[in-house]
Amino acid sequence: MKRALERHLNILDFTLASLLRRKAKNFSLLAVYLLVVFMLASLQFFVTALKREAAIILSDTPDLIVQRLSAGRQDLVPVGYAEEIARIRGVTQVRPRLWGYYYDALNGANYTVIASDDPMVAPSRAAVGAGVAKTRNLAVGDLVPLTSYDKTPLMVEIGSIFPHSSDLIAADMIILTPEDFKLLFNFPKGQATDLAVSVRNPKELSTVAAKIADRFPDSRPILKSEIQRTYQSIFDWRGGMTLIILASALLSFIIFAWDRATGLSAEERKEIGILKSIGWETSDVLLLKFWEGTVISLTAFLLGVVLAYGHVFFLSAPLFAQALKGWSVIYPRFQLVPVVDAYQLAVLFFLTVIPYTTATVVPCWRAATTDPDAAMRS
Amino acid sequence: MIELSDITKTFNTGKQNQFTAVDNVTLAIEPQQITVFKGPSGSGKTSLLSIIGCMARPTSGRIFLHGVAAALPFRNDGGETVEITSLPERFLNEIRRSTFGFIFQQFNLVRGITVLENVMLPAYPTGEGRADFRARAENLLEQFNIARLAGQRSELLSGGEMQRVAIARALINNPSIIIADEPTAHLDSKLSHEFMEIVARLKGEGKTVLIASHDPVVFDSPHIDSVVEMRDGAVVSSRSSR
Amino acid sequence: MRRSLQYLLLTGAVLALFLSLPLHARYEQRHAGTVLKQLRDLHVTDLCLVTEARYTRHLALADRHAPFQEHPLALEHFPSGSLILPNISRGAAP
Repeated sequence: MKRALERHLNILDFTLASLLRRKAKNFSLLAVYLLVVFMLASLQFFVTALKREAAIILSDTPDLIVQRLSAGRQDLVPVGYAEEIARIRGVTQVRPRLWGYYYDALNGANYTVIASDDPMVAPSRAAVGAGVAKTRNLAVGDLVPLTSYDKTPLMVEIGSIFPHSSDLIAADMIILTPEDFKLLFNFPKGQATDLAVSVRNPKELSTVAAKIADRFPDSRPILKSEIQRTYQSIFDWRGGMTLIILASALLSFIIFAWDRATGLSAEERKEIGILKSIGWETSDVLLLKFWEGTVISLTAFLLGVVLAYGHVFFLSAPLFAQALKGWSVIYPRFQLVPVVDAYQLAVLFFLTVIPYTTATVVPCWRAATTDPDAAMRS
Repeated sequence: MIELSDITKTFNTGKQNQFTAVDNVTLAIEPQQITVFKGPSGSGKTSLLSIIGCMARPTSGRIFLHGVAAALPFRNDGGETVEITSLPERFLNEIRRSTFGFIFQQFNLVRGITVLENVMLPAYPTGEGRADFRARAENLLEQFNIARLAGQRSELLSGGEMQRVAIARALINNPSIIIADEPTAHLDSKLSHEFMEIVARLKGEGKTVLIASHDPVVFDSPHIDSVVEMRDGAVVSSRSSR
Repeated sequence: MRRSLQYLLLTGAVLALFLSLPLHARYEQRHAGTVLKQLRDLHVTDLCLVTEARYTRHLALADRHAPFQEHPLALEHFPSGSLILPNISRGAAP
């Protein structure tokens, strides 16, 4: 037991010494490797955490949202629809929702304006998200002129600002009373943006939706499950541009690593011959190569994942911010709650560490099984 | 004592280019002596040495090692004598590692790592504690007056220094038999004489030394005990120089 | 200290860090602030991830035509446009 351990340590000693011989080459390899793992793991952490946030937020989503389509485009829903929908069996509540977009010509940002009866807003008193407050440099108590439909300013006071912790929901929100909302947009009476429908039994959802679609042929019911599915497909880490870009990076790395690991140079071949001739067994040489692959790939994997964790959850993913920001003016601060998905990390491990180590060991097999006297004959 | 009986080594058996490197050699090599295998290149010296050193197996014939059983890693029913050609690969390797030390014509040092590491290299896979063989390696470097080079990278050494490092490496596992293949081929006369001095000292320490060489400095050296002359794979003459 | 031990020690330290990630994550999850009740009551359907166009803010409710409303040539907005499929509703929809 102790001898076996000593043998490992001894051979590891030699592995490290021999890796240090080609410092520049091996450190650059490690750096590239690290970068690939770091990017993949960052993406993974980012997406998994976003999925969790989405799941939490979407759990509050209404069971059913009813939109109205007019000439193939979304249109306002008459509140009269709500009363009729409420009479459908199984429906517990129908709430007309008022919401829309406000384009701020001052800075080019799009805000989401929502009407609410909550006491946090009062006539001429609004609650805004931290993103809005930041772009317009607002503090509680400030008076803001909102440009209404006829270009006359509507003065509202900032009653409260949501903390950064709720940025993922509220960064771009302005919440007004329904009266102010109607005043701002000249919103027609008796209309709503859409209807939020609650259903007692989730199993009846699709029946209720079919009934609504049947009774109002111009309506479009959207199920909670559809919304969740949309988000699942958006966040699914296998889908999406970022992964495709990363996949090409990964591919080029694999080619590079394959080339490096498999291309047994004449020097390495000679070295294996020497080791064999001075009494190393085939298994010793393969152990050496195994450690050579492991030292690089395991270090890159562990460090890459740890750095990615820090990058996403402590530094709020500054590298992805650039890609996600696009031309948006308001960008929420991603204080994501960390999530670690063991399965995905295992996949990453098997995609990076195992192939690299294998690619290092396998090509040496032939060289390692040569007769020990080859070095003597040359 | 090493006893060879009807050793034959044939390469490319059954093919057009079949040739016999070692042809029916029967020989007894005395322990704790210097034996030189002399002959032109291609006479089968190297092949014979690699067979004795458990690096290659003979096509036919048997080799007996007497008096090495103590160093063996396994139980041996034949007492102090082992017949090595019939042993499985694993045991052969163990014997090679514990019983033989090799010095090569090209020295075969590993480039890029230090002299000390080069010397310790054969001990790595044995599973011995590093501190133990490190002390032994330092001791050997001291013995050969190259302790100051311990941290030096091996490719920066001069020919004579390389030679000594190679010898030190051959001795790290305390072998009882040293095998040297054309050790003076790349040395000038002064260094060749020095090499023979070192070899003589090893003999004095109780090592058996086998040298393949066609260098007169080696086979005319006063330190050697017997010369085996070979030609075309066969032993032409075997005489004691005493 | 010998190199192999240095390496193993270093790797062990990183491994310990690596293994502590799930623990840290669990701790953070347990202590994460809950969403403000006022905001929950709004029953929002979408996360505020990207805000450059209204359909990228409200993915769930944007219709198929929405991407063409900004500009006739602006088929997509990178990167949100490339990640997001228009919400395809059930057969009941027109």
